[in-house]
Amino acid sequence: MATQTTDTIASQAGALAEQAGQLAQSAQALAEQAASSAMGTAAAAGAGHGGEFWWLFTVFVLACFIGFYVVWSVTPALHSPLMGVTNAISSVIIVGALIAAGPAEFTGASWLGLGAVLLASINIFGGFIVTERMLAMFKKKKS
Amino acid sequence: MGFGMTMLAYLIAAVCFILALRGLSSPTSARQGNLFGMVGMTIAVLTTLISPHVVNYFPMAIAVAIGGGIGAVVARKVKMTALPQLVAAFHSLVGMAAVLVAWAALLTPENYEIGSVGTIPVNSLIEMSLGLAIGAITFSGSCIAFAKLQGLVSGSPVIFKGQHPLNAGLGIALLVLIVIFCVTESHTVFLLLTVLAFALGFLLIIPIGGADMPVVISMLNSYSGWAAAGIGFTLGNPLLIVAGALVGSSGAILSYIMCKGMNRSIFNVILGGFGGDSAAAAAGGSGDKAVKPGSADDASFIMSNASKVIIVPGYGMAVAQAQHALREMADKLKAEGIEVKYAIHPVAGRMPGHMNVLLAEANVPYDEVFELEDINSEFSTADVAYVIGANDVTNPSAKTDPSSPIYGMPILDVENAKTVLFVKRSMASGYAGVDNPLFFKDNTMMLFGDAKKMTEEIVQALE
Repeated sequence: MATQTTDTIASQAGALAEQAGQLAQSAQALAEQAASSAMGTAAAAGAGHGGEFWWLFTVFVLACFIGFYVVWSVTPALHSPLMGVTNAISSVIIVGALIAAGPAEFTGASWLGLGAVLLASINIFGGFIVTERMLAMFKKKKS
Repeated sequence: MGFGMTMLAYLIAAVCFILALRGLSSPTSARQGNLFGMVGMTIAVLTTLISPHVVNYFPMAIAVAIGGGIGAVVARKVKMTALPQLVAAFHSLVGMAAVLVAWAALLTPENYEIGSVGTIPVNSLIEMSLGLAIGAITFSGSCIAFAKLQGLVSGSPVIFKGQHPLNAGLGIALLVLIVIFCVTESHTVFLLLTVLAFALGFLLIIPIGGADMPVVISMLNSYSGWAAAGIGFTLGNPLLIVAGALVGSSGAILSYIMCKGMNRSIFNVILGGFGGDSAAAAAGGSGDKAVKPGSADDASFIMSNASKVIIVPGYGMAVAQAQHALREMADKLKAEGIEVKYAIHPVAGRMPGHMNVLLAEANVPYDEVFELEDINSEFSTADVAYVIGANDVTNPSAKTDPSSPIYGMPILDVENAKTVLFVKRSMASGYAGVDNPLFFKDNTMMLFGDAKKMTEEIVQALE
């Protein structure tokens, strides 16, 4: 009787343990699901720029205004150097090119990125140097 | 480097770019401004290089070395008279870089944290396609502008039947393709979009004539900025957006100033064809009138008896490389106690500020060089106006003849000077194809010949 009871208890305990194990498994699965969905949300939020778009757009519009006022104060005599330096500045697009060419795994996009890095570098060096050359020539009257 | 530090670095770079433009408000602070620009660019590049996704340094270093080398050599070697085409070529590179980055973002969106292939969010697709389209238009448009300025193709406007409907149709097709692309994320549609935008940029610039190049270059300058900003939106990168917006508005303002300098609307310039049709119509009318030709000796005699000479340079001076001879002449006159000033029309030359750079190259002090509105009233007190290589910007019919194509354009009132010395190769009309009644005025003496040779002869005669 006693051994029987012990057996039953043992088998019951075994079943319980099994159940607990199953529970733990499903809990883990749930947790994984939750984690992945949370990551997904985070990724979507980061990727979609849904809310971010308006921040970027705000930055864009304000920068246009800054550009407007700053450029109107540029003296007409220096409009050529202005084109030279804006040319160089717009080559900051090299940032996007570096990201494309950056990953360790080399793909077709890496080639595109490298091409863009090359073109933008021509512009950065060329733009700043030619502007410097122009500006160095502007001299005041010797009195 | 954490997110906050990266953003801070980008912010500092953006402020440097603003200071670079700010420096150009005066020649004394301009070089410092340029230095700020270089610092900003260095910060931007270094910050990107140490971000965790960017690890493949070796190929990048090679690309930067090759590109930087080419850029440095070209920028050092280029003649100042060839500046407009150099700038056009540089614009095309920015455009092409934008196209390549847009493609890279489409092929490997995970690098830019905008989802993965097939699941890129719609707003990223819109930004990507706009960046691509503007970049492609900038590229092919700048190539045409370069070819025209370099003289590889004729500078005269290319006009054919149905041009405007064709461009409008292409523009609409472009928008439709963008919509389809945003719905499907199809790479084929993106390729079509690229090709179409290249074609549109090409077609937009070919009808625009040589004299309108200052506007075209400014406009392409503006486009290259908007393309960078569009890519900035795709990448969610505020630095690119700020830099793009600065450049975009800078180009837009320059275009506006240039258009105002010709009293034309931007649409009028974009639609093109200026200086093509009107040439034949205006060429008549002058047959029976006589001009008064003169020699270098006459010119030197008149000038050495003057007390104030105003020099009006134009594109012809750039073509003839006459700026150094001109400065020698001015030095001789100044040595005799004659007051010498330079008057610059906003659209003189082939890019904004072109004449100022050439005069600066010839060591003309910038405080002797004046803009139209600052000097125009002084022509009435001047004994001699020496017009060298400028034509349309001195044409009085802009004020008097409502039927003239350049009517309403602000001009330099050289006719108010006691004597106008007009250096010109022949009696051909200027780039606007308009006859200039100034040639037939009693107080005008025409000096026929190459601008540089004529000026050198005057220098010799002044000895």
